[in-house]
Amino acid sequence: MKLFRCFRYGLLALCLLLLASCGSASAPGGDPASVTLKVFNWGDYIDPDVTDLFTQETGIEVIYTMFEANEDMYTSIKASGGVSHDVVIPSDYMIRKMINEDMLRKINLENIPNYDLIDDRFKDLDFDPQNEYSVPYMWGTVGIAYNTTMVDGPIDSWTALWDERYRKNIFMMDSVRDSLGVTLKMLGYSMNTKNEAELQEAYEKLVAQKPLVLAYTGDEVKDKMIAGEAALAVVYAGDAITISDENPDIAYVIPREGSNMWVDSMCILKTAQNPEAAEAFINFMCSTPIAQRNWEYINYSSPQTEVIAQMPEEFQNNPARNPSAEELARCEVFEDLSQTTQYYEDLWTRLIGA
Amino acid sequence: MSRRLRLTAVPYALYALIFIVAPLLLILYYSLTTGQGTALSLDNFRRFFDPSDTVYLRVLWRSLWIAGVSTVVCFVLGYPMAYILSRMKERTRHVVSFLFILPMWMNFLLRTYAWMTLLERTGVINTVLKSLGLPPLELMYTAGAVVLGNVYNFLPFMILPIYTSLTKIDQNLIEASEDLGAGRAITFFRVVFPLSFPGIMSGFTMTFMPAVTTFIISKLLGGGQNALIGDLIEKQFKVAGDWGFGSAMSVILMVLILLSMNALSRYEKENAGGGLM
Amino acid sequence: MKVLKGAYSGLIFLFLYAPIVVLIAFSFNGAKSRGAWGGFSFRWYESLAQNADILHALRNTLIVALLSAVVATIIGTAAALGMHHMRRGLANFMLNVTYLPVLNPDIVTGISLLILYVFIGINLGFSSLLLAHITFNIPYVILSVSPRLKGMNRHIFEAALDLGAGPVRAFFKVIVPEILPGIVNGFLLAVTLSIDDFVISFFTAGPGVSTLSITVYSMARKGIKPEINALSSIMFVVVLLLLLTVNIRAGRDIRRRAQTHVRSHSPRALSSREH
Repeated sequence: MKLFRCFRYGLLALCLLLLASCGSASAPGGDPASVTLKVFNWGDYIDPDVTDLFTQETGIEVIYTMFEANEDMYTSIKASGGVSHDVVIPSDYMIRKMINEDMLRKINLENIPNYDLIDDRFKDLDFDPQNEYSVPYMWGTVGIAYNTTMVDGPIDSWTALWDERYRKNIFMMDSVRDSLGVTLKMLGYSMNTKNEAELQEAYEKLVAQKPLVLAYTGDEVKDKMIAGEAALAVVYAGDAITISDENPDIAYVIPREGSNMWVDSMCILKTAQNPEAAEAFINFMCSTPIAQRNWEYINYSSPQTEVIAQMPEEFQNNPARNPSAEELARCEVFEDLSQTTQYYEDLWTRLIGA
Repeated sequence: MSRRLRLTAVPYALYALIFIVAPLLLILYYSLTTGQGTALSLDNFRRFFDPSDTVYLRVLWRSLWIAGVSTVVCFVLGYPMAYILSRMKERTRHVVSFLFILPMWMNFLLRTYAWMTLLERTGVINTVLKSLGLPPLELMYTAGAVVLGNVYNFLPFMILPIYTSLTKIDQNLIEASEDLGAGRAITFFRVVFPLSFPGIMSGFTMTFMPAVTTFIISKLLGGGQNALIGDLIEKQFKVAGDWGFGSAMSVILMVLILLSMNALSRYEKENAGGGLM
Repeated sequence: MKVLKGAYSGLIFLFLYAPIVVLIAFSFNGAKSRGAWGGFSFRWYESLAQNADILHALRNTLIVALLSAVVATIIGTAAALGMHHMRRGLANFMLNVTYLPVLNPDIVTGISLLILYVFIGINLGFSSLLLAHITFNIPYVILSVSPRLKGMNRHIFEAALDLGAGPVRAFFKVIVPEILPGIVNGFLLAVTLSIDDFVISFFTAGPGVSTLSITVYSMARKGIKPEINALSSIMFVVVLLLLLTVNIRAGRDIRRRAQTHVRSHSPRALSSREH
């Protein structure tokens, strides 16, 4: 008797919670006879109604799974032999890496008529020069978000991140590619360099900068900049949009030395069990009404020409949402570094491990 | 009779063989591979212990140090709490002991973000200080913030096992000690404290081990400027794609900690019944 | 002394609950971000009710937590008992093996389990997630139960057998009541850890099987939705209220039973029982 009485504390509480949540959702999986499509995407990176609309239109059931970072997605697919997904949405350099490792399947663009609606600026990019493996979904740049009430004059160069006046007022990204990348750009080198002398020079710059840096941050930088924790932060354009929506003092600039442009694209895994459904899904995502919905929901930049054309005028001139052709010309897309990845990582370990 | 009781460990032994030992062997295997070819080598271990490049050893040392400080703080804060808890009425005890782990029902990431809201320059604590006319404190992005994060997350793992072993102590022993003329303090240090040693051991284990390999706390509260070994291991698997080196670091940690645990349990055995004073 | 004890407990609870208070406060924040206060509002509670993804993840989380904790508690308690009666060398060896999943960084455990599943052909899905959670829960149960066993008189079990109880009956009547606090703590720890885990779940869950943690972490890139704060606050308050009501009810039961005892037994018998 005593046993039951004591267990009741935990068990009863749990059971009731469970019951309360049971009515709300149905079990995953469902009818094995119907066609299913497994989509692996970033968290919160699609309008939640879109998958239902797709099912209504095509009868194909969508099983949707989320990841937190390109590397998580890659590791999970690699270790599981890739059997678990059909469509994935990685970023540029990761797509190159997956192509190199023969993990992606060629897409038949004839089955994706809406591909014509993708802006030419996002075709023929280095990570997929013949557009064989990927269809762009969302894109953006890397730049500096700064709090106009906390800086002296406008910021337009990466050198601001080395300015003594902003000591302990700077957020850098906790990512070797981005932090070394902007340093390389400041020094006038390519973000994709494999030249060890150039990398060494950039590394020494970062070591010199470390005392000025408040923190090397990840996703939490958005909340920090909204709250006014620091004056400057290296951020993705999408984050800059989120931040300035909540805090009007924040401005975003793509520094004059140039920067990184990133593209998240839809791809089909080599091991996909249902490639036709995957192509149908990608085509659906590129259609104007759906691309519009996703753009409104996600609030990043869309590569779909009709969505871009319909944007309100103040968005057209916002460098975070729609950089000018001239600004974009100064940007580079990340390439897969293959063997040099290790060298980059070593430099980073030395920087934050010292 | 105890022979029959021994058999109750058999299901676990089988389970552990498949889900603990087999994955460990996988890790061990990976730690001996370098990604180039299939030949086994000790290169990963050499890289870690390379005397001309001590960055990894320094990171390891820092991790052990921070985990050690966190564990000691947990112990110092946790033991009195466990003691108070064990002296409560039985019914209250169950409720209160549950209250210690209830905060963990809030997602880890949310809890850590909430700590940032408290500690930041524009955070709750500094806002209060400012309204009192006091100078602001730099609380975030320090080693102290990392220790705080560890203590916050692992304190229940220290309190609960100590409490469990304290409630197991035979009241007659305490009464006997007091009847024989020992004061409260002496009774505590010569009777209660030594008898709670198994709980202290469990507490140290459950606090120290996860604290050594934690990574998100150091990233979010420490500002990512002083990497811990958990950060490096995570990076090898996720970013660098060097599973071999990541596994090797895990193996080194495991060996290190198992050795120290063994030493600790031998110490416990020698002191069993002898008291600590 | 009593004041001192109360004050100390109060400080510890202040420390443990300060972030929780912040979280609950922010679940009523009209603004979207943690970085700004946008006035008091129930909007996140309203939109939570319509968020099928989050509620689905909640359901998975609770089922996995409960099932894995029950299984881990049974296996773990049995294991602790068995190890307690083993030769010291063997018991130590098993204990060391038990420590390892606690020590391994989550990412190592997660990936090695994933490779194992692929190797032995377990399909990724709900069951792979459940097995993983049982795996990391068992050690915490063992580590909670063991100290309790160490303090127990070894001979009472045999005494019960000598007095004619069967081994099962002796186990439930003699050993279980002795180690119950350890079992309960182990169980609660297991439920809690299971709810809190992200990394291992991410690598061992199959497509379409999401837990709350996976949902929360994968939202981080775009900003964690305040609905999650609202949900956490609800979960927290519900569990707290249940705990308190069950406890008050149980207290009334005990008093009522005590009164019945007073009527049917001699006072002497009652007092010895309470001791």
